[in-house]
Amino acid sequence: MSHHQLDARRMLCPMPVIRTQNFVAKLPAGDTVDVLCTDPGALHDIPAWCRIHGHEIIGTQELDGELIISVRVGTPSG
Amino acid sequence: MLATQAMLEQGIHVEGINFYTGFCVEGHTHAIRKKDKAKPKRNNALWVAEQLGIKLHIIDVIDEYKDVVINPKHGYGSNMNPCLDCKCFMVRKAHEWIEEHNFDFIITGEVVGQRPMSQRRDTMPVIQRESGAEDRLLRPLCAKILPATLPEREGWVDREKLFDFNGRGRKPQIALAEKMGISDFAQPSGGCCFLTDAAYSGKLADLWSARGERRYELDDIMLLKVGRHLRPRPHFKIIVGREEGENRFLEGYRKQFTHLYTTSHPGPLVLLDGEANDDDLQLAAQLAARFSQGKMAETVRVELHEKGAAKRELDVTPLTNEEIPVEWYL
Repeated sequence: MSHHQLDARRMLCPMPVIRTQNFVAKLPAGDTVDVLCTDPGALHDIPAWCRIHGHEIIGTQELDGELIISVRVGTPSG
Repeated sequence: MLATQAMLEQGIHVEGINFYTGFCVEGHTHAIRKKDKAKPKRNNALWVAEQLGIKLHIIDVIDEYKDVVINPKHGYGSNMNPCLDCKCFMVRKAHEWIEEHNFDFIITGEVVGQRPMSQRRDTMPVIQRESGAEDRLLRPLCAKILPATLPEREGWVDREKLFDFNGRGRKPQIALAEKMGISDFAQPSGGCCFLTDAAYSGKLADLWSARGERRYELDDIMLLKVGRHLRPRPHFKIIVGREEGENRFLEGYRKQFTHLYTTSHPGPLVLLDGEANDDDLQLAAQLAARFSQGKMAETVRVELHEKGAAKRELDVTPLTNEEIPVEWYL
């Protein structure tokens, strides 16, 4: 299991989701990714995308106006 | 949403594709503008996919889409909206996607006669042909009044359970939604693309005219969505933040643009796009002062950050409303 960081700061939705989607596609199940964002819309969109695709949000935090959304990669299905 | 639900009810596995062109209305402007903070920031495509229980793939087509906007074979609608070319492009991309991922056919929610450019009886076959999807493109909501497509002929889909909607009215769709138990839906009548907006299209046309060529980058089209745009001279324009959220968004562009803001009074961040001489910078500073809380003051101090130069301060008299010709506003 590896931990990764993805920089999606200064991007407006849906770009943070697209970056997350494309990044997660290359990772095995169980890996974790901290997605750094500044668009508050990502707080809604990335969890929604994770629910649809079977990934898990393991935490969100805000630091100095920047958001960190932590995702655990799920098992590919269908 | 209805077309997908109709397929799901026939036991067909459906996954959604959402193309991101950069011109989408939802999301950005709500994220940027503070006054819209209370509005839900949901991405409608994701929301719909979740309601339907299907996967959604969001695909960045920003670069490829430029040719659609710049050189639309079928021309524009009433603004800069190349709707027919856009639909051909998106169905072509969807067709490429299904071939790559071993899916059998494409569905859309199109209805004959619903939209004036891309959903007419004579233009809908153009989309099938020019996208390359041909008869692998099924429109479940109006399939019964169109020739049978491959999935219908092959029996993958029961044509009898499809629909015969046509025209601009939405009553049959709303009734079907009710029957399907769908009470909340997004964008029932389009309006999700900035290129259909007259003011936005005017700003895009101005951008191309000022540059002397029809081209754009993502930052250009994002900035057209934000702030008050004024072109006082053919060789430069200014973008003035209208409120805190926009100022914060524009701050992200400070390194790329000459920018200025008032220091003696609270005021907006102003970006300057183009080449400006000292007289132009003076004028830009007077405009920045006009849009600050010092607009009635005799003198306003403005801090100017020219690209590649040290910052400097200018003391200027704000322009009055009467001194700003209406033609400057884009």
